[in-house]
Amino acid sequence: MLDLGIDVLFKGTNFLRLLGGLWVAMRISLISIALSIPLGLLTGVLMTSKSKIIRFIFRVYLEMIRIMPQLVLLFLVYFGTTRALGWNLSGEMASIIVFVLWGTAEMGDLVRGSLISVPKHQYESSEALGMTKGQTYLYIILPQTVRRLLPLSINLITRMIKTTSLVLMIGVVEMLKVAQQIIEANRMTSQNAAFGVFLVVFILYFLVCWPFSRLAGFLEKKWQG
Amino acid sequence: MRAITKIKRLAAVLLTMVLGFGLVACTDAAASSSGKNGSFRTVDEIKQNGTINIGVFSDKNPFGYVDENGKYQGYDVYFAERIGKDLGVKVNFVSTEAANRIEYLQTGKVDIILANFTVTKERQEEVDFALPYMNVALGVVSRNDKVITSLDNWNKNDSMIVISGTTAETYLIENYPDIPLQKFDSYATAKEAFENGTSVAWANDNTEVIAFSLQNPGYTVGIPSLGSSDTIAPAVTKGNTTLADWINGEIEGLEAEQFFHADYDATLTATYGSEYKESLVVEGGKVK
Repeated sequence: MLDLGIDVLFKGTNFLRLLGGLWVAMRISLISIALSIPLGLLTGVLMTSKSKIIRFIFRVYLEMIRIMPQLVLLFLVYFGTTRALGWNLSGEMASIIVFVLWGTAEMGDLVRGSLISVPKHQYESSEALGMTKGQTYLYIILPQTVRRLLPLSINLITRMIKTTSLVLMIGVVEMLKVAQQIIEANRMTSQNAAFGVFLVVFILYFLVCWPFSRLAGFLEKKWQG
Repeated sequence: MRAITKIKRLAAVLLTMVLGFGLVACTDAAASSSGKNGSFRTVDEIKQNGTINIGVFSDKNPFGYVDENGKYQGYDVYFAERIGKDLGVKVNFVSTEAANRIEYLQTGKVDIILANFTVTKERQEEVDFALPYMNVALGVVSRNDKVITSLDNWNKNDSMIVISGTTAETYLIENYPDIPLQKFDSYATAKEAFENGTSVAWANDNTEVIAFSLQNPGYTVGIPSLGSSDTIAPAVTKGNTTLADWINGEIEGLEAEQFFHADYDATLTATYGSEYKESLVVEGGKVK
């Protein structure tokens, strides 16, 4: 039989530690997602602003975040703030800040894209019906935007969950790091453990991300009818 | 037009508030934990605080790793715990990676790095090393039926396995450019290839090849120490002389009880056997 070395997960508290690592990853990504969505909506609206200055500022913000790899951002926020400003952020706090900055920028761009994709006549029709701009956004534009936005933002959310695997570089022990620890601690006795442990890690990431795509599918279907 | 401008203004204000609040919250958290000295903490400051932050590997068995109960273990960790005990403070282990060890010290996020940190000239410009507590060199392992004890007069048809990016690779390219190298990205693939007989020898850190030959019968480390031998030492933030001096005193003081021999017995014997104790351990900071 193929020895996958999954048994190393049942030594001591290994499996609980792996789940603890998953909880750390989830905590970082869920808090960041919860903050990024409302901030991203605001950013998106501001990105379609008529003011050139506001548009320029947000353009620069978006491009900066987009150009820099997340790992560089993590190092900048975690080590850079200590060097430049003397702050001593915890690894988890630094991760949340980076993920919120990143999530807000990308979400904002998605919102911007969805907003400008709503045909102009929708605005004009609402105006013709005597709606104020506020009412137009609230009742006409936003509902259409959200539908367009949904698949895109689910994609962003699952990416944010999976990118938590980078935060081990700033000392946060999340699921992937725990997995590496377990594999290495058993390197002498169970040399195939890498396959088994990473298989379980894969399944756990899947279990966490899958509900989000199910939710998206469900909502898309519901709104179609 | 009015309403939308209002929404935008409101949005801008909200955004500013949220970001501002975030910054304030962070600074508060920072004020409570950072040292007065800015980038590093002196011995007195550490004692006053009651906790020392020590950066170790959490996935380099048997030097620094986490056991099945979530506890840090290994040769480096054994010494770290002794430091905590003799300073009279609690040890907070920080999981570091090879790539961020210097950054951790320079920002004062850890007080000491005890993560199998090899002393090199480049690194000495960035951090301060204390006295060494271990030797490290390159080693070459080969099959029992054809043990390689020297790299001179190398048969050009034979190749040597190395892992990309290791010191073994750099050393061989510089000093033995005629030896054909077979490069692999990971330990696992290199091991697989070597066991399948694609090469006559495998060069790596001597600790690695020794561990391999002990676990796999049929292989011998014909060259246990190749090239210049380096040392492994604790490192502190550049300029943190009180802590470096304290560690030096500690290492010298521990010679009387042969502390690092006991450390080897407790953490490394299972992997390397006792045969290599004298060549790996550095006692009292004195390299033989």
